[in-house]
Amino acid sequence: MKKELWKGNEAIAEAAIRAGCRHFFGYPITPQNEIPEYMSLHMPKVGGVFVQAESEVAAINMVYGAAGSGARVMTSSSSPGISLKQEGISYLAGAELPCLIVNIMRGGPGLGTIQPAQADYYQATRGGGNGDYRVIVLAPATIQEACDQVRDGFDLADKYRMPVMILADGMIGQMMEAVEWHDSKVDDLPEKAWATTGTKGQRKPNIINSLFIDPNESENHNLKLNRKYEEVKANEIRYEADIPEDCEVVFVAYGTPARLARAAVRVLKEEGINAGLFRPITLWPFPERELHEIAKRDSVKAVVAVEMSMGQMIDDVKIAVNGVKPVGFCGKAGGIVPTPREVADAAKDALKGAR
Amino acid sequence: MAVVYQKSTGLTDVEMHYCPGCTHGVIHKLVADALVELDLLDNTVGVAPVGCSVFAYNYFNCDMHEAAHGRAPAVATGIKRVLPDNTVFTYQGDGDLAAIGTAEVIHAAMRGESITTIFVNNAIYGMTGGQMAPTTLVGQKATTAPLGRDQAHYGQPLHMAEMIGLIGGAAYSTRVTVVDMPNMMKARNAIKKAFQMQREKKGFTFVEVLSTCPTNWGLTPVQSLSWVKDTMMQEFPLGVFKDIDKKE
Ligand SMILES: Cc1ncc(C[n+]2csc(CCOP(=O)(O)OP(=O)(O)O)c2C)c(N)n1
Ligand code: SF4
Repeated sequence: MKKELWKGNEAIAEAAIRAGCRHFFGYPITPQNEIPEYMSLHMPKVGGVFVQAESEVAAINMVYGAAGSGARVMTSSSSPGISLKQEGISYLAGAELPCLIVNIMRGGPGLGTIQPAQADYYQATRGGGNGDYRVIVLAPATIQEACDQVRDGFDLADKYRMPVMILADGMIGQMMEAVEWHDSKVDDLPEKAWATTGTKGQRKPNIINSLFIDPNESENHNLKLNRKYEEVKANEIRYEADIPEDCEVVFVAYGTPARLARAAVRVLKEEGINAGLFRPITLWPFPERELHEIAKRDSVKAVVAVEMSMGQMIDDVKIAVNGVKPVGFCGKAGGIVPTPREVADAAKDALKGAR
Repeated sequence: MAVVYQKSTGLTDVEMHYCPGCTHGVIHKLVADALVELDLLDNTVGVAPVGCSVFAYNYFNCDMHEAAHGRAPAVATGIKRVLPDNTVFTYQGDGDLAAIGTAEVIHAAMRGESITTIFVNNAIYGMTGGQMAPTTLVGQKATTAPLGRDQAHYGQPLHMAEMIGLIGGAAYSTRVTVVDMPNMMKARNAIKKAFQMQREKKGFTFVEVLSTCPTNWGLTPVQSLSWVKDTMMQEFPLGVFKDIDKKE
């Protein structure tokens, strides 16, 4: 297949259409505007539906309705808009509905900045809405990977009947890169016997609901959700580990910082330090055991979390490393992207502390 | 033996939880009857609100969604955009529709979503125990307005049927009540007309129903019916505020 040059946001939208998504509900916010704009032009050409909602609250609730009626449905936004979607995400999780949510992250808190950041990690991985729930969180580091994750994300959502979020920093949304389109079969999407499509007099009514007023029923529902989340943890962890032999320091980074950390590995190599990169691709479930095994290696002296935030993923890194090695940090916020030099220096600091 | 009255087949056999004298149940029956009589029930998806009628998803004998507080018109939009040929309705209270969900209903009307909204106005928050609603009358007591709604502090009640009537995408907006037989028959016809217009894809249809809440009004069921007639209807006049079938 030939490669084409695509802007991240537009590529994500195109990937969704290719993955069989026919319903998109959104609201404008920078730096994700190209997604709804692309959808508004291209959805009608494939018989799909694009609706610009009155708010992110309305958009996610339209997703809730469409998902309940069996559609392969998607919404996208950026940080402040994703905050508004949390109510709906909690309801989608509670009612066990599949959908894809894309967060092209910008800096915060509040209105923050429109520049790229990764400050919504907690919100995405801890459940930003109320209740005990999880969403599968996928983190692309290239535009190609973002496109592939769109298809993967829809399929995971259907498989487990739960929302899936693609968590990308604004850099991924705004830059252009080569993309290769893979054939994506969409004629074999799973049946959704639970969807509300009208009984047609053929079956009992289907009910889409997250209310279980009886405490026992409510606990049972939570236990059921939890069993599902355990299954996701057992089967769906994705990560990339590029750890040389005699690796002294391991960077842990996702999205754009993972690419900068890779450059920092080369900088360190020139200075005679063996560094490696561990890149979680699923942020929830986090590849905890896999990172722990690497941190345990004798050669590894320190682990360094690299983030475009003041330190959020580092909590998961610390849980994974579980004290076997010191954990250093390199973080930038507010739209500032760390340089490979800064990342490399953070590794040296961590090594100094470890000695 | 001749059947002179029976429960609507549009309702399930689940026992309703409404208080004695509450007219939510009557309104449920009218909606269910309309769907059955128009032969729409098997192709209907309803959306229940958060409020006393939250369990409507167990009562209507058709596919149902339970929406977050106020979001029913957005949820219904999502459903209708997937299933354009199905009948889709929301059933919402006044806290749900006229406070937390005002944006959702106004914009569903603006887009001319081909859905029907049944708006149950009982001038109070029933489920949470009688707090002030946007539709609470000036001077009416509520648990969060213990001395009565003070106009200087809270302004005046929202008139939703009139507001919706002003919106281009709305095909039909009316206010009815169910406090006596003649009014019940009018309400029934209004609900049927709304569903019929939806079937003809004419736009957004809205039926506001003045309803009772004896429990939180602190009145008997009979007193509540009189209060609707004598007091509530002074503030909220019955009538048709928009009907695109009746263009002069
Ligand atoms: C986001 C959110 N806020 C508040 C509530 C609490 N709550 C439940 S029902 C309700 C008011 C319902 O009143 P109304 O819509 O008038 O319906 P009624 O009970 O009178 O039929 C409120 C505030 C909630 N469930 N969710
Ligand atoms: S509290 Fe009021 S609205 Fe709710 S069921 Fe009782 S009477 Fe009806």
